[in-house]
Amino acid sequence: MTYLADVAALARKDLKVELRARDTLPAMLLFVLSTLVIFHFALPSDTGDDAAYGLLWVAIVFTALLGLARAWVPEHEHGVLDGLVLAPCDRSAIWLGKTLATLAFLLAAEVVALPAFALFFAPLNATALVAVVLVDIGICAVGSLLAAMAAAGRARELLLPLLFLPLAIPLVVGGVGAAISPEGGRYLLLLALYDGVFAVLSWASFEYVVTE
Amino acid sequence: MGLAIVLALIVAPEDLDQGVSQRIFYIHVPIALTAYFCFGLGAWKALLLLWRGEERYDLESYVAIHQGTIFGVLTLVTGSIWAKASWGHWWLWSEDQLVLFLVLFLFYCAYFMLRFSLEEGPRRARSSAVYALFGVVLIPVSFLAIRLAEGLIHPTVFTREGPQMSGSMFATFCVSWAAVTLLAYVLYRVELVGKRLDADLRELREALR
Amino acid sequence: MIRARGLEKRYGRRRVLGGIDLDLSRDGFLVVIGANGSGKTTLLRLLTGLAAPTRGTLEVDVDRGGIGLLAHEPLVYRELTGLENLDLFGRLYRVPERRERIGMLLERYGLWEARNERVASYSRGMAQRLALCRTLLHEPELLVLDEPYASLDEEGAGLLDRELSELAGSRTVVVATHDPARLAPLVTSRLALG
Repeated sequence: MTYLADVAALARKDLKVELRARDTLPAMLLFVLSTLVIFHFALPSDTGDDAAYGLLWVAIVFTALLGLARAWVPEHEHGVLDGLVLAPCDRSAIWLGKTLATLAFLLAAEVVALPAFALFFAPLNATALVAVVLVDIGICAVGSLLAAMAAAGRARELLLPLLFLPLAIPLVVGGVGAAISPEGGRYLLLLALYDGVFAVLSWASFEYVVTE
Repeated sequence: MGLAIVLALIVAPEDLDQGVSQRIFYIHVPIALTAYFCFGLGAWKALLLLWRGEERYDLESYVAIHQGTIFGVLTLVTGSIWAKASWGHWWLWSEDQLVLFLVLFLFYCAYFMLRFSLEEGPRRARSSAVYALFGVVLIPVSFLAIRLAEGLIHPTVFTREGPQMSGSMFATFCVSWAAVTLLAYVLYRVELVGKRLDADLRELREALR
Repeated sequence: MIRARGLEKRYGRRRVLGGIDLDLSRDGFLVVIGANGSGKTTLLRLLTGLAAPTRGTLEVDVDRGGIGLLAHEPLVYRELTGLENLDLFGRLYRVPERRERIGMLLERYGLWEARNERVASYSRGMAQRLALCRTLLHEPELLVLDEPYASLDEEGAGLLDRELSELAGSRTVVVATHDPARLAPLVTSRLALG
């Protein structure tokens, strides 16, 4: 139980930090809206809805990357990450707290983005919405870990997208499939599989990324 | 020894009486399999690094993945040639194997970017190891995704018949596979020894300073 | 309490710390001196478990929850208040009677008035004093201080002197410093690096 209490304390901390700093969430909101508008101009007038659905996932992935790039910044100011690593709590709790907080921010951005998408392009059905949640989980789980990896090196803003995008491919496939295919369920299953496998992997390997 | 391998590789394809496309197949598939094997080996060494903590596993993992990437590029090239020879296009999105290798190529290139970006030391070794493990898990998940994507976006226009292999063809295939695997192994050892010598030399220089 | 033999730390080809032997008994007071770049910080990171030795053996008879580190950086969140920072670490370290202990420490180190202000608004000296509160919060058995006087203001330095003289003899302390004379009466062993 203390594990969950640690996770809750850490996630709460991340939410508080963001609420005070107020830089990441507004940026993500603005970015996703701007991206959607660009997509409108990028699509020729006779393309069907399907293309738009495809681009939705691109917008989500890149908006998430924006948020993830900033995810560990509070821990690197004043070297706090060392303080967390030193504490007797499980290191994976640090990852889980961060992932949950990032997920919250991404969902918050989507509360605005998804209605905007429905307004600009095409409506989203229930399957698509479930897919959004599943894709978000996948992005945040893997992204938190990779962001921590990238943060230790130079050119971290460049490195994170490179590390992340190949891993995002199955997520995009799952998302697009769920939105446009009549057999959406299969794609949801793919997303669930991805989430299950990669979340566990990220949870287990975080310890090794923050210690030496 | 290397010479013998190269000879074996050339002799094997010449055994065939099929067209160019068939010949490429005998190189393409073993190369692909070898690439998978190298990535798997890299991931295994990575696991050993995280588990046992011995430094040497980092280098072994790195070299294995390096080899895997080289063979991966060769897979893409030979695959592309095969596609051109068989169906007249240099790239086919409907070819699962080819697309998978493209994804893996991107992934493992990012692996090298990661290594380049981090300073030498236990942190780099561990992060690389974790990423290598992600890679090997990505292989089946990606493959599944690509399979599913096919139905969505690019309807299968080309029906691919797996080459039916007669006895002699199968034998040739096996020889080719063995030759490529041997080649990979030799390259792996050569690179590993070379990098170790490099590291030892640097250590000596440091100590003498 | 701490025992090291042939302790070495390398980052790739760079050797940062070489061939250290160390023995420190429980409740001892070790001072580590050496020029900048001699590996003092690295040694302290090894002792706290933030880094693992490349070669040699290191035994530290205390688990993570019993170690307190005061580093160059304050190791606190800029955007959180002093109180929130200590509350977070208090939870993570499972400090009993958390609120009382936090209150007591903030008072003792003159941060009570500033407790609800974000650390971003603290001066360097105040932030480091908060860091000291964080270090002492869970009453660690092993206290590791990396050049503590370097970033403390005069008030803080005086408070630290008082704290160390109270703790010496009942805790194990390791201090890396440029100014060993200041702590001379408390010191039981010394180690010179570089």
